[in-house]
Amino acid sequence: MDNPVLTVLIAMLGGAIRVSTPFMFVALGETLTEKSGRINLGLEGTLVLGAMVAYAVSYLTGNAWLGVLAAGGAGTVLGALHGYICKLPRVNDVAVGIAMMSFGTGLAFFFGKPFIQPQAPHLEAIPLGAWSDNPALAQALEVNPLFFVGIILAIFLGWAFKNTRWGLIIRMTGDSAASAKAMGVSVDLVRFLATAAGGFLAGIGGAFLSLSYPGIWNQGLSSGQGLMAVALVIFARWDPVRAIMAALFFGAAGAIGPSLQAVGITQGYYFFNAAPYILTLIIMIISAGSKSAARDVPGELTMK
Amino acid sequence: MIEGKRAPSLEAVGMTKVFGPLVALDHVPLKVEAGSFHALLGENGAGKSTLVKCIMGFYSADDGAVLLNGEEVSIKSPRDARALGIGMVYQHFTLVPSLTAAENLVISRADAPAVIDWAKERKALEAFMEQMPFRVPLNAQVSSLSAGEKQKLEILKLLYLDQRFMILDEPTSVLTPGEADEMLGLLGQMAKKGDITVLMISHKFREVKAFCDHFTVLRRGKYTGSGDAKSATIGDMSAMMIGDTAVRERAQRVTQPAKPDVLELAGIFAEDNEGLPVVKALNLKVKAGEIVGIAGVSGNGQSALVEVLSGQRPMADGAIFIKGKEFSPTRKGFDQYKVFGLPEEPLKNAAVPKMSVAENIAFRSFDKPPVAKLGWWMSPGPMREKARELIAKYRVKTQGPDAPIETLSGGNVQRAILARELSGDVDVLIVANPCFGLDFASVAEIRSQIMDQRNRGAAVLLVSEDLDEILELADRVAVMSGGTITYVSPIEDTDRNTIGQHMAGH
Repeated sequence: MDNPVLTVLIAMLGGAIRVSTPFMFVALGETLTEKSGRINLGLEGTLVLGAMVAYAVSYLTGNAWLGVLAAGGAGTVLGALHGYICKLPRVNDVAVGIAMMSFGTGLAFFFGKPFIQPQAPHLEAIPLGAWSDNPALAQALEVNPLFFVGIILAIFLGWAFKNTRWGLIIRMTGDSAASAKAMGVSVDLVRFLATAAGGFLAGIGGAFLSLSYPGIWNQGLSSGQGLMAVALVIFARWDPVRAIMAALFFGAAGAIGPSLQAVGITQGYYFFNAAPYILTLIIMIISAGSKSAARDVPGELTMK
Repeated sequence: MIEGKRAPSLEAVGMTKVFGPLVALDHVPLKVEAGSFHALLGENGAGKSTLVKCIMGFYSADDGAVLLNGEEVSIKSPRDARALGIGMVYQHFTLVPSLTAAENLVISRADAPAVIDWAKERKALEAFMEQMPFRVPLNAQVSSLSAGEKQKLEILKLLYLDQRFMILDEPTSVLTPGEADEMLGLLGQMAKKGDITVLMISHKFREVKAFCDHFTVLRRGKYTGSGDAKSATIGDMSAMMIGDTAVRERAQRVTQPAKPDVLELAGIFAEDNEGLPVVKALNLKVKAGEIVGIAGVSGNGQSALVEVLSGQRPMADGAIFIKGKEFSPTRKGFDQYKVFGLPEEPLKNAAVPKMSVAENIAFRSFDKPPVAKLGWWMSPGPMREKARELIAKYRVKTQGPDAPIETLSGGNVQRAILARELSGDVDVLIVANPCFGLDFASVAEIRSQIMDQRNRGAAVLLVSEDLDEILELADRVAVMSGGTITYVSPIEDTDRNTIGQHMAGH
């Protein structure tokens, strides 16, 4: 029971499940947007605004799921705004994204002030670990329902990109705008919708941040998770299912630092806390140079 | 062939399109009969593309009408054109590279189902392919197909969509002569049977003579003539295309005694951006006073080779010798061995678009006297003076030496670069597709300049996708296929067919 290796592993499992959810949603939203050929760097702002709106609506209505929907709605609005601005001539999506990031966070802080104190109803976790008499494992397996929503969504998106008309149209728009235009597809409209839908997903990711256990809203809630998730998309090479893997991996790596401290290894605490970033960087350098990585980049992205 | 619809006829009347001060199309008529194979001829900038884009609904014409089977139709967008059965194969392919051939075909359909039943679609596609004169692997990702296969897939796509009026924009520029002849022959047969009507933009007289029934010629946005492609002579057609523009007399080839090798490429290897080998064990020698033409279908490593020689791409292995000494493509090396170059698309590859003509012309000499003192202090006076002199000598049409070079027309950019590269003493000249996209007068001018350099004793390596250019200029022809030289022959001992077979890799 006191096996330190086991403790660390359980903590990493718990971390993977807990921490990964917002990354999943933002990364899936960004995958959708980037597959259509546009980058939305503003999802950090969307994430924070989503967290605020979810918390506020949950507090005001007493229903956490309404909060989730409202967060999605707020994300859609921000995404649509990004999509609309980028439709204007000579607008750079990266610059707009950075502006939207500040805009979303600013908006959230402005309207979120009164909601820092009160306690809103949060999303009840599903105790999947009830069978175990290991309290650490049982706690690790308290899974938020949004986690499953994210996984189902990723599988659905992966399937839809290959097997539906909309999926093919999004890939076509992202890879060759000229082809899409030649087929009479409105590139701007597709990208607008994909950015709005991506915003919706990122907003839901924000709802998880504020409504999952312990359920609080404050200004330091996200601390750059939205930005990391955008990077995870590149890491996952624009594949929804790989994006989930990357999010899980990132969550697990994030749990290394605290859990090592819990078992008494305090040396290099800050180093281990940086583990997710260092590991991501290393894997990125190894995988980004490969030939298949170059092939997976949607041809229309501005960041080639 | 698919039963059902027949080939339509199409007529455009008084098509006019104005872009700001430029009249791109001036009341142009075009009449394409049902089941005919019609060529649309004209120089670059003559308005061929504009006309076709107006028919396709990309542009809305300022005046004029399109009649399909004798009835006026309104085409406001490519979607309308598609609904009427008018389809186009563009020079730049419109297939989506990351999708498979099957995905490309299915998504191109207006009624593509919301959820695609791949088992059913695949069966239908295979049945469709059975009836086609040529096939393409359905499961292959488009990015992995060869240019010829992509071209075929584009045409299959039009047939799949039942578009019986087909517009082809210079369809053979990426094909080997063999592939081109096969493709045009098959389309010609389908047209003859009355299944399709073809309108082909071209500037290759040989193809027009061999495969087309009729032709229409445009010059500077105006209709200059039309006729029967079988009975009209190439002279007639080119007169309609060029009009009364003075074309410089071609420089004559001066016969010279055999001279020593100057440029030697020994076992050159190079990799593409993804690390795959593109140039493999390439060996070639070029003598003084000789033009060696490298023919080949685009994408067989020619551009990588030129990039290696001009220092834009690292050499993975091998060596370059000039007059027996090892040469490395650096600024110092170019200077020391008098190596000069005319790359393709000079505005992109050999000029800084926003810098002035004078500055661009000074790229070779700005760090030497008289422009620079002590190797670093530049004085614009001598630079401008030199530029003025070269602008006059090479007849570059510009507002002045201080105009940004991007304001010049394609032919004049190429002349300015020519002035920079050829005004000094040239030992080795590396030329890549120098006449791509230029008008007749510029083409003649540039080719004579290259010939002049040869006659003066330079070793010239000419890489060109235009076989006619090589047949005209080269003393020896080398064929590049799959990243290496597969065939070398003196030009008088070979012919188009032999070269074409080697280009196709046989």
